[in-house]
Amino acid sequence: MATQNTKTLARLMMAPSVLLLLVWMIVPLAMTLWFSFQNYNLLDPSNVSFTGLFNYQFFYTDPAFFQSIWNTLVIVGGVLLITVIGGIAIALLLDQPIFGQGIVRILIISPFFVMPPVAALVWKNMIMNPSYGVFADISKFFGLRPIDWFAQYPLFSIVIIVAWQWLPFATLILLTALQSLDGEQKEAAEMDGANFLNRFIYLVVPHLARSITVVILIQTIFLLGVYAEILVTTNGGPGYASTNLAFLIYRTALLGYDVGGASAGGIIAVVLANIVAFFLMRAVGKNLDR
Amino acid sequence: MTLKTILLGACSALALAGFFSTAASAETLTIATVNNGDMVRMQGLTSEFTKANPDIQINWVTLEENVLRERVTTDIATKGGQYDILTIGNYEVPIWAKQGWLLELNKLGDKYDANDILPAIKGGLTVNGKLYAAPFYGESAMIMYRKDLFEKAGLKMPENPTWEFIGDAARKITDRKADVNGICLRGKAGWGENMAFITALTNSFGGRWFDEKWTPQFDQPEWKAALQFYVDLMKDAGPAGASSNGFNENLTLFQQGKCGMWMDATVAASFVSNPKDSKVADKVGYALFPVKGEMKNHGNWLWSWNLAVPNSSKKADSAQKFISWATSKEYTQLVASKEGWANVPPGTRTSLYNNEEYKKAAAFAVPTLAAMNAADITKPTVKPVPYTGGQFVAIPEFQAIGTNVGQLFSAVVAGQSTVADALAQAQTATTREMKRAGYPK
Amino acid sequence: MARNVTTRHKISATVAAWIVALIIFFPILYTIITSIKTEPEAIAGFSLWPSGTFENYITVQTQRDYLKPFMNSVILSVGSTILALIIAIPSAWAMAFSPTKRTKDILMWMLSTKMMPAVAVLVPIYLLFRDFGLLDSRIGLTVMLTLINLPIVVWMLYTYFREIPGEILEAARMDGAGLWQEIVYVLTPMAVPGIASTLLLNIILAWNESFWTIRLSTTNAAPLTAFIASFSSPQGLFWAKLSAASTMAIAPILILGWFSQKQLVRGLTFGAVK
Repeated sequence: MATQNTKTLARLMMAPSVLLLLVWMIVPLAMTLWFSFQNYNLLDPSNVSFTGLFNYQFFYTDPAFFQSIWNTLVIVGGVLLITVIGGIAIALLLDQPIFGQGIVRILIISPFFVMPPVAALVWKNMIMNPSYGVFADISKFFGLRPIDWFAQYPLFSIVIIVAWQWLPFATLILLTALQSLDGEQKEAAEMDGANFLNRFIYLVVPHLARSITVVILIQTIFLLGVYAEILVTTNGGPGYASTNLAFLIYRTALLGYDVGGASAGGIIAVVLANIVAFFLMRAVGKNLDR
Repeated sequence: MTLKTILLGACSALALAGFFSTAASAETLTIATVNNGDMVRMQGLTSEFTKANPDIQINWVTLEENVLRERVTTDIATKGGQYDILTIGNYEVPIWAKQGWLLELNKLGDKYDANDILPAIKGGLTVNGKLYAAPFYGESAMIMYRKDLFEKAGLKMPENPTWEFIGDAARKITDRKADVNGICLRGKAGWGENMAFITALTNSFGGRWFDEKWTPQFDQPEWKAALQFYVDLMKDAGPAGASSNGFNENLTLFQQGKCGMWMDATVAASFVSNPKDSKVADKVGYALFPVKGEMKNHGNWLWSWNLAVPNSSKKADSAQKFISWATSKEYTQLVASKEGWANVPPGTRTSLYNNEEYKKAAAFAVPTLAAMNAADITKPTVKPVPYTGGQFVAIPEFQAIGTNVGQLFSAVVAGQSTVADALAQAQTATTREMKRAGYPK
Repeated sequence: MARNVTTRHKISATVAAWIVALIIFFPILYTIITSIKTEPEAIAGFSLWPSGTFENYITVQTQRDYLKPFMNSVILSVGSTILALIIAIPSAWAMAFSPTKRTKDILMWMLSTKMMPAVAVLVPIYLLFRDFGLLDSRIGLTVMLTLINLPIVVWMLYTYFREIPGEILEAARMDGAGLWQEIVYVLTPMAVPGIASTLLLNIILAWNESFWTIRLSTTNAAPLTAFIASFSSPQGLFWAKLSAASTMAIAPILILGWFSQKQLVRGLTFGAVK
């Protein structure tokens, strides 16, 4: 039914946000690209010069570079795994009739309201600390030697903290989708004698596919840039065990004040994020087009 | 329609709020500072200053050390002009002064008595004979130990302890069942965390970061000896989770009675001897930072937090007035009268250490002064070096290099790497960064 | 529709759900409990029954006034969200009701603007803010937060609008309704729940944004994220005080979230329900 008139109107209506985001993308990107070819250390502003691709080469040859990419993927993958599986499980649980459903739901979504640095500080100091943390207290209660989380399992610890923050988001989306599942359909399946597992695989999972895709897409965008939690807890260590790409850029930008190097890192990160997004879209994107 | 009204109302409210925020009064000083105890106290006493100077108002920006450092550095390097007074370390002062980012402090007033400032501290804040920052408090490093545990183990802390003695004593005191660790040391990665201690340790072992040609020295035997000693000691006598313990974590452990010894900044003494927070307040003894064998090097740890004025400030006169007040003898008196002598900012003025009242109230006064006098940042180790700085190297690149190397060393403490590997990696990483920065200059 | 639910089933599901909920909520609960402990108590080992003291809150308030950063957080999060909605509603409307082949690509592209790591562009943005005199201004930060969250706002609204059946609009058009009436009388009532939940989600995201809000503010515009950054002290015991400060920083948004969770949930479908 779209006439030429409404089409023009639609374009006009889209213009503000598209233009704004275009500017918001191009200006920083162009500046970053420009700085990435400069030898520019913030602490030595008198000595700025053109260096070609040197910053890229320098960033790429950083001893932590490949491990940081791997760690980035582990963080994204680990958190997605926990939040999607955990989210489905919790959503299924919350979909049952239970006493105090409202309160339970409130408790479960609460971590989403906590600022990331606060979440990291709380987990570091009060939950995972090997001397005073709750986990240590539990270990001591059972007569075990407390686990030194951030030294022994640095990356895993960070995955747990970040997953805790994102679990509510996944749960909520999946729960909303689950609740929209037709009650009659469920009942019919039950009547047919389909057991829980079959119902889950043939009825629930296909119904959730689209929301799972959304969870994965949105979370991936945020998870690629995780760095505050690392800064607060492990500082990227021990070794490079918990250094991800965002943290490596942080180290270059705000410890080394190497604007050129950090810009090159930023460009590399954008390229890698786009590659990840490309594969992601191919893997799950078709779910969006239903 | 109501939605529209709300939107409009909110927008205009927003615009108004934004408008008023730009209209600030003429002489408001914005002071950036870290949230250490002494600075929080200074903030609490602001009204004493504004009472005497009604034409000046103070806006505090108090942030955690790392956040503050990156905020302030970004601002001064881009000439953002957000602050009138900065709280910076003696690491930054000479670097920034050379860039011309700081104003010379020449209006501190006749009563200020700059010659009273401890020479070692003042030297670190002076570039080409001009003073660019005034010290708020200063610190060196020393041993804090538990007299009761030493007695129980039949040990006696010598006047001038050696690392060999410390190693034996730490292992002897360790009692895992009673949750007592012989020694607590920094292990958390960071140029101002584990690298501060390890650098001081290596200084006392005779090692250095760079030779005269700025070649990194991690392949030298002194580094190997120092790092091996540190790692073994932490394994045998250190606390659980040592690789993520920084100053504050160790402070807490010591206050809870879980450490036999702790080597760290002298400023910690006022915390461990404060009965309100510390369970071991009456059992703490102090000694000089250890030496290695016959070498007479105590590590040369020297740090001060200082107040400086960025040259972008348009309120330099008022700013200097405030700095003069906050770092004066009168300020010390003020804190003493309000909070007691033990709480005055330490380590900046000779007169404080001649004050009998202070010495009586603070058992750590004399050992602190001894530690500060033993430190010389112009000659951190026995071999010649091209840099200044005791527990750090005063070049702009050090923050990144130090943190990188700190990560590698903390992996050794965590048991995920070996001394040899970590040193080799540190050598490569540092060489790389130095080459990039254009050294030798 | 009556499903036969045995009481036993309900009870076991209830127990399981409560256990999961309490585990997930525990870190927050423990923070609140720790905030009313004394500092030595806070590290003295596990305890859910503190002696109960408000000393930490008083200390926090005397060290740093809560009201100003709180007001800034409110202004920034609400302001940026409203601004984002004003910009996003027309475009989401257009995408939903006059979709083209490229609509989906535009949406993906919008999301992809969030891929640049913030740390990498700090210096360029800081320079821009300096030149436009926006450092430490609420307007600058509001614009910043708007831009950061705009892609999510557009996406959420788009998926929500898309669920509004197009036939209704056509019916309205047949009745001779103009575009304006179409929007005001037909679309708005149907879109309000979606807009409300988008509003809520973005207030939360903006409230919790803690990179730019700390880096681009000094005193005038500093919100609660900066307030928190002054309490993780590197010296001395601070856990109880930090817990109190954290509780103060997250309480408003937590309460808002609790009261509005129904609305929030409805909009979080992201077009999942269809």
